[in-house]
Amino acid sequence: MSRQLSEKEKELVRQLQADIPLVPEPFDEIARAVGMPVEEVIDKVNQWIADGTIRRFGAMVRHQRLGYKANAMSAWDVPDERADEVGERLARADAVSHCYRRPRADGWRYNVFAMIHGASADECHRVAAELAAEVGVEEYALLFSSREFKKVSMSYFVE
Amino acid sequence: MDAIDSRLVTEIQSGFPVTRRPYAAIGEKLGISEDEVIERLKAIKESGEIRRMGASFDSRKLGYASTLCAAHVPPEKLEETVAVINSYINVTHNYERNHHYNVWFTVIAPSRERIREILEEIEERAGIDPIIDLPASRLYKIQVDLPVIEEK
Repeated sequence: MSRQLSEKEKELVRQLQADIPLVPEPFDEIARAVGMPVEEVIDKVNQWIADGTIRRFGAMVRHQRLGYKANAMSAWDVPDERADEVGERLARADAVSHCYRRPRADGWRYNVFAMIHGASADECHRVAAELAAEVGVEEYALLFSSREFKKVSMSYFVE
Repeated sequence: MDAIDSRLVTEIQSGFPVTRRPYAAIGEKLGISEDEVIERLKAIKESGEIRRMGASFDSRKLGYASTLCAAHVPPEKLEETVAVINSYINVTHNYERNHHYNVWFTVIAPSRERIREILEEIEERAGIDPIIDLPASRLYKIQVDLPVIEEK
C-alpha cells in the first residue's frame, strides 16, 4: 500500500538513507539540510520507526567480518497447501534471518525461501537437514554465494 | 575492535537514540564521553566494520515494489551481464550462486511495471535467457539484527 510523501519528507528520506553525521548534534545538521525544525525531524523519525516505515535505525555492520562466516539461501519445494505452515516454522529457527514465500518459475520449483546463517557451510547444511526433518519436507536446495557482485542500501527518491 | 568497540557496535545496531545529542546518550550508557563515542565510531567506520549508519526503510511503506530475480548466465557472458545488472541503482544485492540459475539479484522500483521494464532491458542488453522474477507473496520473517559475535 503506497502513500504520498511530501517533498520535504522525501528529502528527509534522502538524508536519513545517507550516513548520519558524526557530530554532537547530527539531527540539527539534517534538519538544516531538509529545511525543517529539528524537533519536527526528531518526531518524524520516531514516528517512522514506530509505524515501521523505518525498519531499523542504526549501524549496518559487515556480518561476514563479525563472525558469521557462511550463509546459505535455502529454497524449499513445499506443497502449496502447506507453504504457509512450513514458512512460519522455518522462520522460527534462530539461524534463519529472512523467510519468504515466492512463486515457482520455469526451471525453478521451490516456493519457500529461508536465509540460513552459520559459522561454516557445514553448519548451514546441518541446520538445513534438521529443519527438513522438523518440517517434513525433503525437497530443498542450498545455494551458497561464491561471489558478491553488489551489496548496497537502496537509495529512494533519487530517480 | 576492543570490548568497548564491540559494545558500542551492538548498542547502535538497533538502538541508535533519536535525540538532539545521540552520542552523548550512548556514551552515558557505556560510561565514556560523547567525544570518545564519536572518535571510536569514526575509527570503526574507517576500518569497514560498519558499512553505514542510518535508516533502513521498508520499501513497501514508501510505495516501492521489490523482487528477487535469477538469471542463467554462461561463463563467457558473466562479466558483461553482471555489469549490465549492477548498472541499475534499483539492484541492491547481486550474488553468484551454485545453481543452473547462477546470478541472483534484488530489484526495488517505484512500481511492478518499472521492475518488468528493467528486467526486459537487462535481458535485451545482456542477450541472456529470460530472467525469473520471484516477488515475495508472503513474508514470514525479516530480521535485520544479528548479534555481534566477539572475535577471539
